[in-house]
Amino acid sequence: MLTINLAIIIPFLAAIFVPLINKKITRFHTGWFILVVPTILFIALVRYIPSIAKGETFISKVAWIPSYGIEFTTYLDGLSMIFGMLITGIGSLVILYSIYYLSSEESLTHFYIYLLLFMGAMLGVVFSDNLMVLYVFWELTSISSFLLIAFWYHRKQSRYGAKKSILITVSGGFAMLAGFIMLYMMTGTLSIREILSSVGTIHDHALFIPAMVLILLGAFTKSAQFPFHIWLPDAMEAPTPVSAYLHSATMVKAGIYLVARFTPVFGGGEVWFWLVSGIGLLTLLVGSFFAIRQTDLKALLAYSTVSQLGMIMSMLGLGSAALHLGYSQESVIYTQAVFAGLFHLVNHSTFKGALFMVIGIIDLQMGTRDIRRLGGLMTLMPISFTVAMLGSFSMAGLPPFSGFLSKEMFFTSVLNITELDIFSLHTWSMLFPVVAWVASVFTFVYSMIIVFKTFFGEYKGKRLDKRRFEPPTGMLVSPVILGGLILGIFFFPNVVGKNIIFPAMESVFPTFALKAKDFPISAWHGFNTELKMTIGIILLGSLLFLLYRYWKGIYRLFPEEFSLDALYNYTLSGMEKGSSKVTKGYMTGYLRDYLVYIYLFFVTAIGGVLIYTGAFSFDISHDSPITAYEWIFVFIMITSGLAILFAKSRLTAILLSSVLGFSMAFFFVLFRAPDLALTQTIVETVTTVLFLLCFYFLPEWTKEETPVKSKITNGVISFLVGMVFIVVGLSVNSGKLYESISWFFEDADVLAGGMNIVNAILGDFRAFDTMLEVVVLFIAGIGVFSFIKLRNEKRREKIEDQ
Amino acid sequence: MKTNDVILHMVTKIVVFIILTLAIYLFIAGHNQPGGGFIAGLVLSSAFVLLYLVNDIDTINKGLPLNFMVVAAVGVFLSVATGLGALVFGDPFLTQTFTSKYFSFIGETALSTVTLFEAGVALTVVGVVVTIILSISEDV
Repeated sequence: MLTINLAIIIPFLAAIFVPLINKKITRFHTGWFILVVPTILFIALVRYIPSIAKGETFISKVAWIPSYGIEFTTYLDGLSMIFGMLITGIGSLVILYSIYYLSSEESLTHFYIYLLLFMGAMLGVVFSDNLMVLYVFWELTSISSFLLIAFWYHRKQSRYGAKKSILITVSGGFAMLAGFIMLYMMTGTLSIREILSSVGTIHDHALFIPAMVLILLGAFTKSAQFPFHIWLPDAMEAPTPVSAYLHSATMVKAGIYLVARFTPVFGGGEVWFWLVSGIGLLTLLVGSFFAIRQTDLKALLAYSTVSQLGMIMSMLGLGSAALHLGYSQESVIYTQAVFAGLFHLVNHSTFKGALFMVIGIIDLQMGTRDIRRLGGLMTLMPISFTVAMLGSFSMAGLPPFSGFLSKEMFFTSVLNITELDIFSLHTWSMLFPVVAWVASVFTFVYSMIIVFKTFFGEYKGKRLDKRRFEPPTGMLVSPVILGGLILGIFFFPNVVGKNIIFPAMESVFPTFALKAKDFPISAWHGFNTELKMTIGIILLGSLLFLLYRYWKGIYRLFPEEFSLDALYNYTLSGMEKGSSKVTKGYMTGYLRDYLVYIYLFFVTAIGGVLIYTGAFSFDISHDSPITAYEWIFVFIMITSGLAILFAKSRLTAILLSSVLGFSMAFFFVLFRAPDLALTQTIVETVTTVLFLLCFYFLPEWTKEETPVKSKITNGVISFLVGMVFIVVGLSVNSGKLYESISWFFEDADVLAGGMNIVNAILGDFRAFDTMLEVVVLFIAGIGVFSFIKLRNEKRREKIEDQ
Repeated sequence: MKTNDVILHMVTKIVVFIILTLAIYLFIAGHNQPGGGFIAGLVLSSAFVLLYLVNDIDTINKGLPLNFMVVAAVGVFLSVATGLGALVFGDPFLTQTFTSKYFSFIGETALSTVTLFEAGVALTVVGVVVTIILSISEDV
């Protein structure tokens, strides 16, 4: 079978071929070829389901940088399986949909490369066992999301949304990285599995809470939890397939994954419980409340996604209470919350995906997605209407749709938690069911808005730009499949529950001996509190929906100027102003000043360390005697060095500095270092040529009118720099801080197959450094090239800000 | 370069080949003797720079239709790819292997993946150095 490592790499490899396919094969839409990738991966993953359902896990390991303990290890268990299936499954449907959504005139190469990058990165996040590898993939998903949001980069709003999303998610990512490093400091390992095995020992560590909070920051920013949710509505500027895929089904769920994955590590504590469930519940409420206000269908869905993510998050938080109690017959009931959360995760991906796709169709066909301009589409677009209805009713939690099941289970868990008496719950516990219920009422209202405002009422056709109705059949395939799943899951919930959700539960509660039969999903539990709550939601929700125009004034209490968005904008512009002030303060435009900064830093940093650590000590008694040749070259170098100061023309100064360089090469010859001598000679030659080229651009050599005061300052600085260099040179020669590595040289032939130890170091022992140096050199080359070549090519037309 | 120095012109025609040969020698010798990819790259670029100095840029571009930015990119790709190659065989990133083989006419020859890696280094150096010098001189 396909190894999971390969599954991560395949999308990246496929991305390489996208430009070629797009260029060479014009008869078919590029998307058809891309569709193959997630489909194959999905089938490959599905084949693992039977073994995963039995509780097996799969590990495959490739050493990446073993000297730093970084290994590209993948781990397939129930939890990563759910996400893997969502990524590849929804991915296939979204790509199929995008074939009809994006015409061949769009920049398909970019679109599919970014999408494949995202897919690979996201698979990397959920399958990686190594924290550092996970982090790299995590940031890569942020970057590909940034690129996809800015796909129509000529729109100002797209660029704004892309920037906002990357700023928020990447700052969260940095916090998470710090949290990972703290975890490493506590456990001494970067492998998640090994961290899980040392859980008991770290609970009392001083870094335990900081690490938890930082990692949660990463998860909350990614999963758009309050107050970081503001990036998600702006991310809706992306093409609709992207919104359906990244910003509802997969990427925003990475935070959920992280929380679920780390529940066995951090869960069970009070802080974790309150943070995760509290923030989750707050997000649920805020998201659903503000969703009602939206008039743009996509923005409405964005707020609804925020709220649904909050709901899943809170369920994970509630479930962690079971870890506090420890495994017993009584505590199993609380793990049910996690089960419900994971179940809702799957449901949310299906119904939200379907809704996004339908709204994309409406947007494309009608030319607008503003509910004030839509209406009466039911008879014109019967298939889209059916799918939208399935999706919305499932989201509202009505039977017979999958969302009903998970919403009922959510109510069960919030009701269960009220009976618990830990974490000072007795005072606050009633909040959970109340907030959950109120938020569900709002959810019901906005779900009804989607269906009734769009598809019922009078048709406002005359006001719309376009008047085509149902799209090509191919575009309807994906939403119809998702719609079918919504019904399918409702009627056969235990197939999903037993084979997919339950194995994931075992990953979240590895210490518990859970049994699949403890988690039945059934549509009918009798006439219990949960059902009464649902009936209440329908009654109150319908009332609110019908009377919306009378109570919408309440939103005026939340004016734009005091929103989190305004805070974000204000902070950003404030930071820009502040940093430009600081930068202008010291960037004088004079090279001379910059050199002073550099040298001052050098003197204080290096010289300071030397004094602070008392490392300055040297002993010249063992040094070999200085020969006559060496005296000669020292004399030459001193003379030419002094002569530069008194040079009358620039050419003389350049040549004199070359003398310094070439004399250095001679020193290498004297000290029998032919490699260095060769390199130094050639470097000196090429630099002299470069110098003479730049010579052309330099201004006339004029006598400088520097005040005596700055002359003295410069003199002092240069004297200090010289002294520090000498002291460093002397100390390095005598001090020994590290173990000698000279045995490498003796074995160079055996270890690297070469007699030349210098090259054995460069090409083998320290090949990683050399490789990065090559990359840096290349980047520098690109920098020079683009600075000079592109400087004069001004844009003929300004395509921005349309 | 407007001046037309006949002596420099004639000498260059021969010397360039000596320099190029030296570069190749240094590259191969780097295995056991002084030399290596970086120096070979620098020597190569000094040969090109000499050609550009003596003749004008257009003449050389006609005879040597190379985009040096691409050369550099190929070099970077080569060095990174040799590192990735090790992964395919299940070794850590950038693991280099070597062996020696007997070839008729040449004799016992050491073969090593380091050579590919060093070739990448050499190409990057040539590409970047020539690109920088050309960009600056064309800006005149």
